[in-house]
Amino acid sequence: MEIKVLKDILSANDQLAQGNRKLLDDKGVLALNLMSTPGAGKTSLILATIERLKDKVSIGVIEGDVSSSIDAERISREGIPVLQINTGGECHLDAVMIQRALGNMPLDDIDLLLIENVGNLVCTAEFDTGAHRNVVIASIPEGDDKPLKYPLMFTVADVILLNKTDLLPYLRFDIDAYRRSVRGLNDKVEVFEVSCETGQGLEQWLSWIDSQLKRL
Amino acid sequence: MHELAITQALIGLVNEHADRAGATKVGRINLVVGEMSGFVDQCVQFYFDQMSVGTVMEGAELTFKRVPTTGRCRDCGKEFEIEEMDWTCPACGGNSIQLIGGNELFVESIEVD
Repeated sequence: MEIKVLKDILSANDQLAQGNRKLLDDKGVLALNLMSTPGAGKTSLILATIERLKDKVSIGVIEGDVSSSIDAERISREGIPVLQINTGGECHLDAVMIQRALGNMPLDDIDLLLIENVGNLVCTAEFDTGAHRNVVIASIPEGDDKPLKYPLMFTVADVILLNKTDLLPYLRFDIDAYRRSVRGLNDKVEVFEVSCETGQGLEQWLSWIDSQLKRL
Repeated sequence: MHELAITQALIGLVNEHADRAGATKVGRINLVVGEMSGFVDQCVQFYFDQMSVGTVMEGAELTFKRVPTTGRCRDCGKEFEIEEMDWTCPACGGNSIQLIGGNELFVESIEVD
């Protein structure tokens, strides 16, 4: 006997993610899911954001890595509540891991939760964590063809930070072509050109965060 | 790349539906998988064979129906398969393409006793 199921394999994850989002809403916390390749600058962006916002906004960080706590140690030196998730081989964070992490975060004391996902442009795009917005950090050394190679990531993004623009004079990267590819896949996404090294362009990112915090 | 997590979720979902139908044995699980979901069939079958031991679905065969990556041109409305990462509309040459297929990952049906 054949039984129709027609159910998404990740539906259990999606339900948990909705629960996480509800909890965050109830606590008045804006959660951003930061995704990128390894080395695009997620941790640098988190540190740059903390440096510029910590006097105005209470920030918490969840760090996802396959192993090690190097990033979490860098962030905790800033006096920010940070929780390390070691996925133990899994290539992405999922809603269960975030649910557990939220239980150990001082949600009553924070306004903004930055979730650093595992460096990976494939799997992370498929698992809803329960964050309110998806932020993709791309970088100049990756090349301008990544949106067309990893279309799902660029389709789920709410905002894209094109980092390491200070390297533009040294590398071949067609920003107009890049913007066209991104726009083609996702006509709502915003793209900010930034450099965490020089600080250039970060004000757009900070004012975007501000606009999202007000919306919550 | 995340076949282990997918397989765990798959087994949970099939268990729930088999249970609801009062099935004692699941012989086949029919899956629909988009080309874009980074998902290797043999790898899922491998994990499945290990992880389903002792459950109602032990020994079940997995079938994979692949769905091609498909886009719709925002300019002229043409729907087409995206091949070789070419995101250009074959009808009007437009580059604004909405993704409409290729990200599927669901259980279509299960065959039970």
